[in-house]
Amino acid sequence: MSERLRIENLYKVFGKYPSDALRMLRDGGTKDFVFAKLGQVVGLNDVSLTVPGGVMYMVMGLSGSGKSTLARCINRLNEPSAGRVLLDGEAVLALDEKALREVRRTRMSMVFQHFALLPNKRVIDNVEFGLKLRGIPPAQRRRRAEELLSLVGLGRWGHHMPHELSGGMRQRVGLARALATDADILIMDEPFSGLDPLIRTEMQDELLRLQRTFNKTILFITHDFQEALKLGSRIAIMSEGRIVREGTPQSIVLEPGSDYVAAFTREIDRGRLFDARSVMKAPAVLWRGPAGTVVGGDGGGFLLDACERVVAGLAGREISLLRETGELSARRGSYVCVPEAAKLVEVARSYRADHTVGVIDDAGRLVGVIGAEQILARIAHLPASGAKS
Amino acid sequence: MIRADDLAIFPIEQWIQEGVRWLALNLRPLFQAIKSPIEALLGLSDWVLQSIPFPAMVLIVGLVAWRSAGVGVAAFSVVSQIVIAMLGVWAEAMTTLSLIVTAIVFCAVIGIPIGILCARSDRTWNIVRPILDIMQATPTLVYLVPVVMLFGVGSVPGEVAVVTAAAPPLIRFTNLGIRMVEHEIVEAGLAFGADPRQLLWEIQLPLAIPTILGGLNQTVLTAMVMSVVVAMIGAEGLGLVVLQGLGRLDVGRAAVGGIAIVLLAMMLDRITQKLAEPQRGQRTALVQVLMRLMRGGRREAIAAQTEAEENRQAA
Repeated sequence: MSERLRIENLYKVFGKYPSDALRMLRDGGTKDFVFAKLGQVVGLNDVSLTVPGGVMYMVMGLSGSGKSTLARCINRLNEPSAGRVLLDGEAVLALDEKALREVRRTRMSMVFQHFALLPNKRVIDNVEFGLKLRGIPPAQRRRRAEELLSLVGLGRWGHHMPHELSGGMRQRVGLARALATDADILIMDEPFSGLDPLIRTEMQDELLRLQRTFNKTILFITHDFQEALKLGSRIAIMSEGRIVREGTPQSIVLEPGSDYVAAFTREIDRGRLFDARSVMKAPAVLWRGPAGTVVGGDGGGFLLDACERVVAGLAGREISLLRETGELSARRGSYVCVPEAAKLVEVARSYRADHTVGVIDDAGRLVGVIGAEQILARIAHLPASGAKS
Repeated sequence: MIRADDLAIFPIEQWIQEGVRWLALNLRPLFQAIKSPIEALLGLSDWVLQSIPFPAMVLIVGLVAWRSAGVGVAAFSVVSQIVIAMLGVWAEAMTTLSLIVTAIVFCAVIGIPIGILCARSDRTWNIVRPILDIMQATPTLVYLVPVVMLFGVGSVPGEVAVVTAAAPPLIRFTNLGIRMVEHEIVEAGLAFGADPRQLLWEIQLPLAIPTILGGLNQTVLTAMVMSVVVAMIGAEGLGLVVLQGLGRLDVGRAAVGGIAIVLLAMMLDRITQKLAEPQRGQRTALVQVLMRLMRGGRREAIAAQTEAEENRQAA
């Protein structure tokens, strides 16, 4: 996927004269060091990252890590002290006020933690807000706003005031407002942090659903690692204004790289993060004959046809029998297969005692097998034996 | 031991005297230019208020009070007006009211834009704020001297003094109201590409209106007080009634003026205070406030003590 947004060596020091602080940071000074010496707060310290088009890029960090500052530096609600922000190769920081307004109106929009709806305007007027600023004629922007309101499931709430809506509904309005402008870069600053856990999950699913339709490039700020894992294609973890780890959700959990990151990964639900492909073992061939090929191990196996498709399942005792006699019993047992992308929790659900779970690709060919021990090892975060990720 | 009287005395008194005299002589056209619009509007509003028949006035004010502030305030203002009329000072009360109405117009025209400028730039606010502090700490009587020297005596110079004294609260509250608009909402405006004008008209002013109306209430009350004080420089109205009573040691006459002033003040205060009470989620654009005047009905008052907030801000 092509790159949309690139951030290069971005620094943000709060204060009028950041040059001394910048020099200290470039010489390797930390945020605390600069604060002790100059009393200036460092928001970002040499942040670089690349957001490909059409993905949800998560920036995760605790409060004070600089994640919101990063979001605000991209559309220049906070003016970065040094570095570059490139939007489709164009330097955002070099834009004059007018050009910057144009970028904010048409190419980037934002969703806020506390919704930031205009309390004196109706829901529909709030959704229209960005279009109104752009000078779109009233009838046209009304149509667009109605369209988006029904897309976020609030079609009949347009004429209500924001305070009449629940938190989740208000954030749907915030989302509709951001989507209405057709900007294809969306900056979401902890949009779901203020919501109840249940509503938050619902909103996350909603966002995933909308993202399948709109395919926006989203920079999503969160302090919730679970949320980052659930929504993100890539995650950057920030601490003290720096990015301390960047990668795909699975790679970060597998190799945290530092105790700081490992602390986040400890409590997460691995069963829902890792898929079958990441733990499966290559099937070992046990027997070849006219009826096909038998693959598997002590826990069970599969009888495959010439195209490597599963014909039948063999329980563990049938495998032992096959090994003793060298002959395939006539019985055609049932079997369990999961797709490569199935999460471990689903694999575990379909697991049956004395059977191996097969992993099949899109064409239905058996590409791997998973035993109970692989699932348990990954969930317990033991060094995965037959993993190939 | 050195005594206070031993210190050399600066001729400050003389300097100021000279300075103001110089201003009066050399900038006469300027002060005339300031006076003329005030004179015109004051004349107009006095003429209008005096020519509305008494029962019609009672009805109009009663209706406005009812629509904006509810039945209680409406009843109170009807009774107050009848009492004022029965005290025999109706014409004087209308003159005072015209002073106040004119002052409100000028304060709004001057005060709100200054307040907006102050809210947009800390530097402007740092200059304006001490001036407002001095203006509000100065006893109202003190305004009268320079006003007389620069503008002469009578109702129009009186009105100048009223506007000068009544504008500071509106400037303060406008500034405060705009600065108090939730930061994230302002950010939302910026993030969607609002230019400074759009930011002001779409976000800052509409959301600041409850606070600005609170300032308007303060302005009305200050104007009320001042409209009485300026009787000393020849402005007509209820203040003159009190002054006459004082001059002749006529306690009865002074008391009549006093009662009428109190009733008028309470009436104006109640009506404008209700306007200023922010209603949760209520649309508060100027148009809506006017609509509320038309539509009316009682609304729940929800505590947002703007004054307390100003104190908090100042602390």
